[in-house]
Amino acid sequence: MTNPLYQKHIVSISDLSREDIELIIKTAARLKQQPEPDLLKGKVIASCFFEASTRTRLSFETAVLRLGGSLVGFDDAGNTSLAKKGETLADSVQVISSYTDAFIMRHPQEGAARLASEFSSVPVINGGDGANQHPTQTLLDLYTIYESQGTLDGLKVALVGDLKYGRTVHSLAQALSKFNCEFYLVAPSALAMPDYIVEDLEEKGVVLHQSDDLEAVIPECDILYMTRVQKERFDQTEYMHVASKFILKASMLANAKSTMKVLHPLPRVDEIEVDVDHTPHAYYFQQAENGVYAREALLALVLKPEFE
Amino acid sequence: MSEKLQVEAIQQGTVIDHIPAGQGIRILKRLHLESAGKRITVGMNLPSKNHGLKDIIKVEGRMFTEDEAHQLALFAPSATINVIDDYEVVNKFTMQLPDTLEGVFSCPNTNCISLNEPVKSFFYISNKTSAESGDSVVKMRCKYCEKSFSKEVVVAS
Ligand SMILES: [Zn+2]
Repeated sequence: MTNPLYQKHIVSISDLSREDIELIIKTAARLKQQPEPDLLKGKVIASCFFEASTRTRLSFETAVLRLGGSLVGFDDAGNTSLAKKGETLADSVQVISSYTDAFIMRHPQEGAARLASEFSSVPVINGGDGANQHPTQTLLDLYTIYESQGTLDGLKVALVGDLKYGRTVHSLAQALSKFNCEFYLVAPSALAMPDYIVEDLEEKGVVLHQSDDLEAVIPECDILYMTRVQKERFDQTEYMHVASKFILKASMLANAKSTMKVLHPLPRVDEIEVDVDHTPHAYYFQQAENGVYAREALLALVLKPEFE
Repeated sequence: MSEKLQVEAIQQGTVIDHIPAGQGIRILKRLHLESAGKRITVGMNLPSKNHGLKDIIKVEGRMFTEDEAHQLALFAPSATINVIDDYEVVNKFTMQLPDTLEGVFSCPNTNCISLNEPVKSFFYISNKTSAESGDSVVKMRCKYCEKSFSKEVVVAS
C-alpha cells in the first residue's frame, strides 16, 4: 500500500495528522536501528539554502547521503546567480524541481515553502521559512520525546525560556496538543507564550500551567524543553536578572523524575550549564543526532511509495 | 414600485447602498469597479435613516457576483447590494463572510513571501465571538506566512 506521505510537501507541522506524525516517528526509529544505505540510490535531492543555517543543512545533507541519495544545491543564495539576476522564487523552484526528485529549502521569508510547494513538481521539504515554520525541528523533537519516554501521550512537558519568539516551542506545543500532553509554560513575563497560541491550546482542551519558577516545575515534568533567552530582548541589567532565573544547573535536578529528560534545540549559550551534561537527564545531543533520522524518515516517506 | 434609491435611478446594474460614509471610494478601488469601463456614480455623505451619513455606489450594466458580495462583507458588512433590472430591485444580496478570500487585500506581514512573488494573496477567514465583549471577531490567516490578523488590520494595510 502506498504510504500517505508519498509525494507530499512537508511545509507546516499543522498539515500533519497525528497518524502522519506517528508514521514519521516509527520510520525514524526503524532507520536508526536498521540503516538503509541504498534506499535513495539514483535520486537527486536539491538542498537550497537561501539563507545560511549550517546545522540544519548538514543534518539534511547527512540524511540524504546516509540513504544513498545525491545532492545538488547551494548553502547561501547570496553567492548564487539567483540573487544577482533577481529571479522570483517561483521561477527558481520550477526550474530546480525539474532537475531533481525532492526539494529541501530554507528561506528568510515567511511563507516561502508554501509558495514553493505551489510551483514545484517534486515534494518540497521546509527547512525553515523566516519566523514561520520549521517542521523538521518539531518532528525531531517529537521523535526524541518518544524515544526517551516510550510514548507521546499524556506527558507533562515544561517549555522554558523565550516562549514569545521561539517558533520551535510554538510548533512543539501545537503538535503535542494532539497527544493529550499537559504544559508548564515557564517564561519571564516579557517573553510569555503569545495569546493566540494559548487560546488555540485552551480551545483544544489542553491543560496549561503558567509559571516563572523553573526549580518548582522540574519535579513535575517528564520533559524539560529549554530555549534561549536572547540578550537583545532586554537591557543589560534586566537581562542579568531575568536570565539567571531561567538557567538550568545540575543542582536543580535533584528532585526530578528519574526518567525526566532535558531537551534544547541548540545551540545553547548559557541557559544550560555544562554540569548538566553529565547528568542522566541531559538528552540534547541525542536530540541533535536524531535530527538526521527524522529527516531520513521524511525523505524516505515522500520518495518511496511502498515505504512504511 | 421598487425601493426608492436616493441617487438617480439606473435601468440595469448594481447599487451598493448603506456603505459607511467615507468608504465608497475605497470599495470602488478594492473591487476594481472603475476598470470595467462601465458608468459609475458614487454618492458620498448622503443622509441615511439608520446611520447618519452613508455612501452609495451605482454601477450600470454590471451585475455583482456572489463572490464580490462576500468580499464586500469584509469591509462594509452593513452595506446592501441591490441588483437592478428595468429600474426595479430584482435581487438583494445578503452579506455573508466568505471562508477564504483571494487577491483583494495584501498580507500585512512585510516579510511575507506573497508580497513580491507572482501569486495572489490568500486568506482563510474565521469568525469567532469574543468571550469578553460578545462581539464578533473576524480573523484572517494568510495561507503563505500562516500569520493571523484581525480583519481591521488587513483592511487598513
Ligand atoms: Zn502572509
